Amino acid sequence: MNTDLQEKRIPIIKIRDFLIVSIQVDMHDRLAIKLQSQILEEIAKTGAKGVLIDISVLEMVDSFIGRMLSGMATMASIMDAAVVIVGMQPAVAITLVELGLDMPGVDTALNMEKGMEMLEKRMRDQQVEDF
Amino acid sequence: MFEQTTDKNWSLLDKQVLETEYDIVRIRQLIRSHAKGIQMGIVDQTRITTAVSELLRNMYNYANGGEVQIETGPVEGKMALIITCSDHGPGIENLEMAMSDGYTTGMGLGYGLPGAKRLVDKFEIETQKDKGTTVRLIKWR
Ligand SMILES: Nc1ncnc2c1ncn2[C@@H]1O[C@H](COP(=O)(O)OP(=O)(O)OP(=O)(O)O)[C@@H](O)[C@H]1O
Ligand SMILES: [Mg+2]
Repeated sequence: MNTDLQEKRIPIIKIRDFLIVSIQVDMHDRLAIKLQSQILEEIAKTGAKGVLIDISVLEMVDSFIGRMLSGMATMASIMDAAVVIVGMQPAVAITLVELGLDMPGVDTALNMEKGMEMLEKRMRDQQVEDF
Repeated sequence: MFEQTTDKNWSLLDKQVLETEYDIVRIRQLIRSHAKGIQMGIVDQTRITTAVSELLRNMYNYANGGEVQIETGPVEGKMALIITCSDHGPGIENLEMAMSDGYTTGMGLGYGLPGAKRLVDKFEIETQKDKGTTVRLIKWR
């Protein structure tokens, strides 16, 4: 885990209709807020239909980061994009539940591939509806 | 303070001052490494780290910072990690309310204190108006 606490930018990559974000640092609060707005801006700019956020290296998610993730999912859904949290460690998931934080609107997947499948299925289902 | 559980057989592992937002991250990582150091299991490491993160943010948000003491030693005959967070902030006006889910005077969700309590084995809190707040978390190894 990277312990460098200086200001840094978490890269957001676009692949086809999706944004991919891999969180590689233990984020301080301002960095979490910044990432949230960067992702939302990127959705607006690119018209992405889904966001995959890999948190597999995160060793803890406290109420602040949890709230950032669920807040982002809510705002993204207003912009018609789905958010999938990928690779949450079991210890993190257990702790979040015990903390009392349920994250409404946040879908989770075991890995990137499963997350991508979820988003693709969602897009197909939506196309059928639109049709 | 906390006379029932304070034990002279505890050994001090670390003492840290919380001033900035970066200290929240730095200190919670220290907690993790001390939990690892006493061979605590991975889920319990995560629980104590997360609980402390909540307390650190409270100290940062409501009390302008504070101090963290990390100790290890026996509690009720079992080896434990003992974290004491103390500040000289305004104190918690309504402690009973503050300890219940969903109570906040800020912009949070009010899950910090009750959530931290659920994540540890023992939770003690003392608060005094205009004097400050001290919270002690105990997690058995
Ligand atoms: N160290 C402290 N000094 C003074 N007041 C505090 C302190 N810690 C907590 N409080 C008070 O207790 C309330 C409840 O704290 P708690 O951590 O449970 O929720 P929160 O911080 O408001 O929200 P969340 O932790 O979910 O972001 C706070 O809103 C605040 O009024
Ligand atoms: Mg709090």
